[in-house]
Amino acid sequence: MAQRTVAVASASGLHARPAKLFVQAAVKSGVPVTIRAGEKAVPAKSMLGVLSLGVVQGTEVTLEAEGPGAEEALDTLAALLARDLDADEALDA
Amino acid sequence: MPDIAAPATPGGGPWEGGAGGLVGLGVSQGRAAGPVIRLADPPELPAPRTVTDPGAEAATVAKALEAVAAELNRRALAAGGEAAEILEALAMIAEDPVLLEEAERLTAGGADAAHALDAAFSGHREALAQLGGYLAERAADLDDLKHRAVASALGLPMPGLPSPGHPYVLVATDLSPADTAGLGGDVLALVTERGGPTSHTAILARARGLPAVVACAGVTGLADGTVIGVDGGTGEIAIGLSERETAEVARTEAARRARLRTSRGPGRTADGHAVKLLLNIGSAEDLAPHDPEPASGGTSAEQTGGAEAGVGGTGAEGVGLFRTEFLFLDRRQPPSFEEQVTAYAEVFGRAEHVIVRTLDAGTDKPLPFLGLPQEQNPALGVRGLRVDRLLPEVLDTQLDAIAEAARRAGAEPWVMAPMVTTVGEASDFARRARAKGIAHVGVMVEVPAAALRAGRLLQEVDFLSIGTNDLAQYTFAADRQHSALADLLDPRQPALLELIALCAEAGRQAGKPVGVCGEAAGDPLLAPLLVGLGVTSLSMAAVCVPAVREALAGLTLDECRERARAALE
Repeated sequence: MAQRTVAVASASGLHARPAKLFVQAAVKSGVPVTIRAGEKAVPAKSMLGVLSLGVVQGTEVTLEAEGPGAEEALDTLAALLARDLDADEALDA
Repeated sequence: MPDIAAPATPGGGPWEGGAGGLVGLGVSQGRAAGPVIRLADPPELPAPRTVTDPGAEAATVAKALEAVAAELNRRALAAGGEAAEILEALAMIAEDPVLLEEAERLTAGGADAAHALDAAFSGHREALAQLGGYLAERAADLDDLKHRAVASALGLPMPGLPSPGHPYVLVATDLSPADTAGLGGDVLALVTERGGPTSHTAILARARGLPAVVACAGVTGLADGTVIGVDGGTGEIAIGLSERETAEVARTEAARRARLRTSRGPGRTADGHAVKLLLNIGSAEDLAPHDPEPASGGTSAEQTGGAEAGVGGTGAEGVGLFRTEFLFLDRRQPPSFEEQVTAYAEVFGRAEHVIVRTLDAGTDKPLPFLGLPQEQNPALGVRGLRVDRLLPEVLDTQLDAIAEAARRAGAEPWVMAPMVTTVGEASDFARRARAKGIAHVGVMVEVPAAALRAGRLLQEVDFLSIGTNDLAQYTFAADRQHSALADLLDPRQPALLELIALCAEAGRQAGKPVGVCGEAAGDPLLAPLLVGLGVTSLSMAAVCVPAVREALAGLTLDECRERARAALE
């Protein structure tokens, strides 16, 4: 099973816009990815699941997937979490 | 309800025509006319059905969730900006595969589509509510999504704000904060069956300059498309206006707004008695020059005003209520000293006269970092200055930051504490604030105990500011959000006016200012009455300033006093 552990960089954690961008990317990858924070693991394509992790800035999360495309999908998603998606928002404005 | 002589309705006399009328409580000035569209109520869940074809129920579930997501995405496209982000995130919750799987599992177990959706959403709602903080707030969003999905599954129109593609008068039983936040530019006026003068509907309507009537019995019985006239001053609704009358209302209202837009200068009665008109703000952003008439379609592109137009382009003479809460919201750690200094200094740099209110939070408005235990009765518990009993360092840091910001900006802010109840509390606050070098210290009068001792309070502090919403709530023992008690919360209640008169008289004897910064101050029908009681300044949302200025300019001080006398009878 492929794994990546990454500290969430976004100022608002995995809420609001960062959560939305992460789940969108997970759906787009087409690979069933699981995101785990502490004891709790949820499907990365579930907005409700991701929100319910209550991840704040700096929380370490682990992404897991297996099968074809798993490595590539995890690289993309881990890179996304390592970016401050709230700061991107400021640039968008 | 106490009877007061109503001033001439701005923008015309009584409605000429109409097949009939309704009367409610006018809570936001202005007139509008247009077709009614009713906000659908959340659907009632019917009794569970015996399911014969679970596959069909599962298909209905999937279709309902798709329909909700499609509707939200459509709105997101239309809205753009930050609202679009929020709506897209909500659409993604409706599309959540986990939610669909759960609902399908329930239909496979024999539930009908509506009940399966209801149960699936409710489960997640509880999970989020238990996580607290930001996520608990999202629980309300799930309710909205659930109502939409259940309505769709039942073949009913989806609840939520309509966007028919033409201007309309929004009619509802009541409006939630979420509904009011999403109001589009096509809404001409708001009329609700419930609600009071301090409800969300009233506050938001005034902030946006939209005519509004609340507590209007029978209004939800009007059919969609009925053309009505709305007078947000008198509360009158005329049903069935002709095309000519509708056009006439639009014309006179546009003229009234144009007149208000050009209104400038300090607050004065017709005979020149000065009354300071001040602003209620939440941050420095509220002081950016802006078009004081948002409903005219004004955008930032049309920004006018500037220094010569007074703060915020309104001609206001300063800030009467700087709510410092915004810095503390959604925080697990308190804002740092340095962060506070920067934020306060920015406000001091933009306005000459600023009254800062220290943090107004507590168990009624919980902030995560305060970590206060829950209370059975938060309105009667640890709130406002009372937080200081448990966490004195919060106030000390804030006073230090205000003093430092004042030094950096070269300003002399006035500083006041919320929810002060006794002379002892007032003198303790004054002592601590003065020790930091703050020269002008005051307190807010929000409970009857403080109003009754106004004279004694003014021996300890330099000014009073009356918060009419809370003062009404505590005087009448009526929750200010309680729609069924709207009459008790009417700021024209004589008992409330007597308490205000006590404070004003104490101020006159001490030669110290006594202002009002509650909702009543921004109401052009009430402002003259408050001036008649002896209040020396009125602080309000920027959008309210022109109409209040015009109302004062139309009356002499004696006429204001006469109005106050009549209201006290």
